Amino acid sequence: MLLLILKRIGLGLITLFIVSLITFVGVEVLPGDACTTYLEREAYGAALDACIKRLGLDVPAYERYLDWASNVVRGDFGYSLSGEMPINEVLGPRVKNSLVLASVSILIGIPLAIVLGIITALWRDKLPDIMISTITIFSMTIPEFISATLLILIVAIWLGWLPGIVIIPSDATFYELLSNIILPVVAISMIMTAHMARMVRSSVIQVMASDYVQMAILKGVPYWKMVFRHVLPNALLPAINVVALTIAWLLGGVVVTEVVFNYPGLGRLVIESISNRDLPVVQALAIILASIYVGINLIADLMTLMLNPRLKSLQIRK
Amino acid sequence: MNEIIESVKNLSIGFNSQKGKQISILRNVSTNIKKGETVGIVGESGSGKSTLALAMMGYIKQGLFPLKGECLFKSEDLLKMSSRQLEKIRGRKIAMIPQNAGQALTPNLKIGYQIDEALKLHTDLNKRERDKKISELLNKVRLPSPETMAFRYPHELSGGQQQRVAVAMALAGKPDLLLLDEPTTGLDVTTQAHVLELLRFIAKDTGTSMIYVSHDLGAIAQVSDRIVVMYAGEIVLEGPARKILKEPIHPYTYGLLKSIPKLSLSGLPASMPGSQPQPGSINEGCSFYDRCNLATDNCKKNSPDLEHIKELDTNVRCFNYKELINQNNNLQTSITKKSNNGEGNEILKLKDVSISYAKQKFFDQLLNKISDQNPTVKDINIDIKKGETIALVGESGSGKSTILKSIAGLLKTKDGQIKFENDRILSSNLKMRNPNDLRAIQLIFQNPDESLNPNHTVEQILSQPLKLYFNLSGEELKKNIIDLLKKVRLGEFYMSRYPRQLSGGEKQRVAVARAFAAKPDIILCDEVTSALDVSVQAAVLNLLQQLKEDLGTTYVFVSHDLAVVRAISDRVAVLYQGRLCEIGPSQNVYKFPSHPYTEVLLGAVLEPDPDIKPKLVAEDIVEEKPPEKGCSFQGRCPRKIGDICNSEVPPWQIGENGNAIRCHINIEELASLQQ
Repeated sequence: MLLLILKRIGLGLITLFIVSLITFVGVEVLPGDACTTYLEREAYGAALDACIKRLGLDVPAYERYLDWASNVVRGDFGYSLSGEMPINEVLGPRVKNSLVLASVSILIGIPLAIVLGIITALWRDKLPDIMISTITIFSMTIPEFISATLLILIVAIWLGWLPGIVIIPSDATFYELLSNIILPVVAISMIMTAHMARMVRSSVIQVMASDYVQMAILKGVPYWKMVFRHVLPNALLPAINVVALTIAWLLGGVVVTEVVFNYPGLGRLVIESISNRDLPVVQALAIILASIYVGINLIADLMTLMLNPRLKSLQIRK
Repeated sequence: MNEIIESVKNLSIGFNSQKGKQISILRNVSTNIKKGETVGIVGESGSGKSTLALAMMGYIKQGLFPLKGECLFKSEDLLKMSSRQLEKIRGRKIAMIPQNAGQALTPNLKIGYQIDEALKLHTDLNKRERDKKISELLNKVRLPSPETMAFRYPHELSGGQQQRVAVAMALAGKPDLLLLDEPTTGLDVTTQAHVLELLRFIAKDTGTSMIYVSHDLGAIAQVSDRIVVMYAGEIVLEGPARKILKEPIHPYTYGLLKSIPKLSLSGLPASMPGSQPQPGSINEGCSFYDRCNLATDNCKKNSPDLEHIKELDTNVRCFNYKELINQNNNLQTSITKKSNNGEGNEILKLKDVSISYAKQKFFDQLLNKISDQNPTVKDINIDIKKGETIALVGESGSGKSTILKSIAGLLKTKDGQIKFENDRILSSNLKMRNPNDLRAIQLIFQNPDESLNPNHTVEQILSQPLKLYFNLSGEELKKNIIDLLKKVRLGEFYMSRYPRQLSGGEKQRVAVARAFAAKPDIILCDEVTSALDVSVQAAVLNLLQQLKEDLGTTYVFVSHDLAVVRAISDRVAVLYQGRLCEIGPSQNVYKFPSHPYTEVLLGAVLEPDPDIKPKLVAEDIVEEKPPEKGCSFQGRCPRKIGDICNSEVPPWQIGENGNAIRCHINIEELASLQQ
C-alpha cells in the first residue's frame, strides 16, 4: 500500500518535471527572450543590457534551468517583469483568492450534485427527475462566459441585488471576498454541479439495477436503509474520479469566470501576464496549475484505493 | 405435511409493448407449495420460471406488472401488500437464495455484516447472541473457520463459498419457504454437487419448504419432490419428480429429457427442432405446436388446458399425452456417431507446452523470455490426429481455455512447441504466423452474443473471412455465404439479419458458419454450448458432428461438462491446474480405472435421474495456484498415498483400455480400488 502511494507520488513528480521542462523549453525556443518580449520597442542598448543582466539571461540555458528549477523547489519563483516584485508576492494573494472561489464552489457544488443525482436516480422518469434533469442539461450546455454574463444582466443590472463585477484589491480579506463571490460561485458551480449530478445519477441507477440491491430488497431491508447501506457507498465510489476531473476542469473554468467578473484570482493573472508578456510569471503559473492538477488526481486515486475493499485487499495480499 | 404454504392462482404477469399491446410473460399459472416440500420449477431461458419465483415473494421486476391472479402466502395476497408489509415477510417468512451469489452480495459490506443485517431485521437477538448466531450459521453451511469468515468481503471468497454465505443469510430469518433461483448455475461441477448436498441436508434438517428454479434437470432431479415444467410462460407438466423424470407425458418434457447428454450414453443426444416462441407471438393453439411431433390440427387451433390425470397424480397440458405413456424406454437412447478411432495422420502436436501468466520482469522482457518456475500450464503433450475430436476437460482454472488460446496464437507459450502438419513449428506469436496457418485454425467462442459484432449483419459477419482468405466478391461471395448458411441449416433470408434478431442457437450457428467459412483444418471450440439451452445445445452438437463427418475437420473441444464431452468427443484429456491427469479414448476415460481427479469429476456429474446420486469424494476447495512440485492434484486427492505425491511428479501409466493415467498408484491397484 505504502509502496503504491510512493509510486503514485513519484509519477506525479515526474509529470511536474516534464511540465517544467516543456514550459522552459517553450519559452527558450520562442524568438527573442523575456527581455526583448517585455521591452518591445525599447529593447536595445542599455535598457536591454540591464534587463538581460538583471534576469541573468547571459548564462547558458541549461544553467538557467537548473538555477530556476532549484529555486522553484525551494518555493521561490523569481521576479516578475511588470511589477518588478517577487513572483511569490504577486501570486500569494491571487492563489488565496482563487482557492476561496474554488473551495466555496466545491463545498456547495459537490453535496448539491450528490443530492440532486440521488434524487433524480431514485425518482427516475418521475416528475422530480424530469425537472432536475432538464435544468442540469440546460446549465451543462451553456458555456460559462454566457451564463456568467446573463447572471450579471439579470441579478446585478435588472434586479440590482448584487454587484456586477468585483471591485476589490487582490489582498482583500476573506469577509470582503465573500459578499463579492456569490455570482462567480453560482456561475462556476452551475456547470460543475450539473456534470457531477448526471454522473451520480447514472451511477446510482446502475447500482439500483444490480443483483445485490434486488437481493437486499428480497432480504426485507427497508427502502432507505437499503439506499444508504447498499446503494450509495457503491454508487459514489466511481464518482470520486469524476469529481477530481471536475475540480481540475474548474481550473480552466475559473479563468474565464474570473475575467468576466473581474475577480482578482489566478485565472485573471494568467490572462494578464500573458498579455503583458511577463514570461517568468507565466512559467510560475504553469507549474502551479500543473501541481494542482496532479495533486487532485493523486488524492482521488488514493481515496478510491482506500474506500474500495476490492482494491484494498488486493494491495494487502500483494 | 399437506398444509399449503403458498398458493399461486391464475397468475399472469406481463408488460406493455411499444405498440401499446399487453404482452404476457406468465400465463394463467396456478400451483401450490406444501409444507416441507421441495418443488422444482424447470424450463429453458424465457420460460417465465424466474418471474414466477420472484412473484412468489411479491417481487415484480421493473417494467413488468401483474395482469391478473394472486400469490397467496398463508392466505394473504403478496401482490396486494404494501412494501412495509412485504419487508416483514421477505427474509423472515420467505427467503431467497440468488443465482449468482458473487453479484448478489453487496461488495462493500463484510459477510458478517450482511448476515447480521438479516438477523437484526428478522430476530430479536441482542448483539452478543447475533454474533454467536452468525458463527453458527456459517458453520451450518460448512464454511471453513466461520469466526474469521465473518470479517471477509464477498470478493475474498470463492464462488462456492459465496453461495454458501447466501444460504446462511437466507437461513438467518428462519424462513418457512426458501426460494432458490438457479443456485448452482455457474459453479464448478464438484462445487455444485456439494452445494446441492448442503441444500438437501438443510431441507431435511429444518423442514423448510423449497422452491428450486433451474434450467438444469440434473440439479432439479437431485432435490425435488415435485416438478413443475414451464414452457413459454405456461405450466405444461406438473407432478411427482420421479414420474416427471422417468415417465414424462408431455412432448416438451420428453424432448427436453432426450436432449440432455448422459454419461451412460456414448452417442449424441436427440435435438428438438426450433426454439421457444417469443412472448406475445402465440395467438392461438398450443404454444409447443411448432416443435411438437405429436401435433395435430386440433393443437393448431385450440390450446389445451392443464388436465389432471388422477392415476398418475400429474397435471399435463397436452391433447395427445396418451401417446407418450409407456414410451419411457426410448428416453435412454442416443444417436450413434461415426467416431474416429485413431486413424489418420497427426495434424497438430503439442510438445512440452508450458504457458505462464506471470508478468515479465524488465530484464526478461529485454531477453524475451519468461522466468516462471511454476507456470499456469505445464508439460502438455498431446498429438491430435486429423479428423478426430479431442476434448479438454476440467473445472475452472484447469488451463483448458489457456491451451486453446495458445494454439490459436493468442497467448505466447513459455516453453515447448506447437507443431502443425508435417511437424512444422507454429510460432506462438500470432503476427509471425503465415496467413494460411491462420486460416487453417479457427476458433468458436463460448458466448455468441459477445463474439458477433452487433452492428454487422449476418452477411457482413460471414463475408469477412471469405474476403480475407479467399478474396471473394460479388456474386461468388454471396453464393458462398448462402452455402455456409445452408450448411448450418439457416435460410437465405438470415443474411440481412443482425445478431440481436437471432435466438441464442441461431447466433451460435452463425458463429459456427463463420469458423467454417475459412475452410479450416482445425476448429477450436471454447465451451461452445455452455451458454445455450439444453434443447439448443443438442442441436448445435449434432450440427458440429455432421459438419465434421462431411468435411473431415478436426475439433479441439473445451468443456467443463463431462456429459457433453462424452457425447461429442473421440478422445478426452483431463486437466487439473494446468497439468494433464489422464488422456485416452473417450469410452475408456469414462470407465474405471481412472485418475482420482477424473473419478471425482465423474462422481459429481448430476444426471436427470433421482436414482443416480452424485458421489462426493473430494472436498471442493479452490486452489489458486498449482503446487510447486509433485502431483497437481495432491491438495484434493481422496486417494493420496503419502509424501511421494507431494514431492514427485507421478509417472504415466497406460491401462489395458489404452488410456494413460498419471498417478503414483499402480494402475491395477487403482482399478481394484475403484470397483
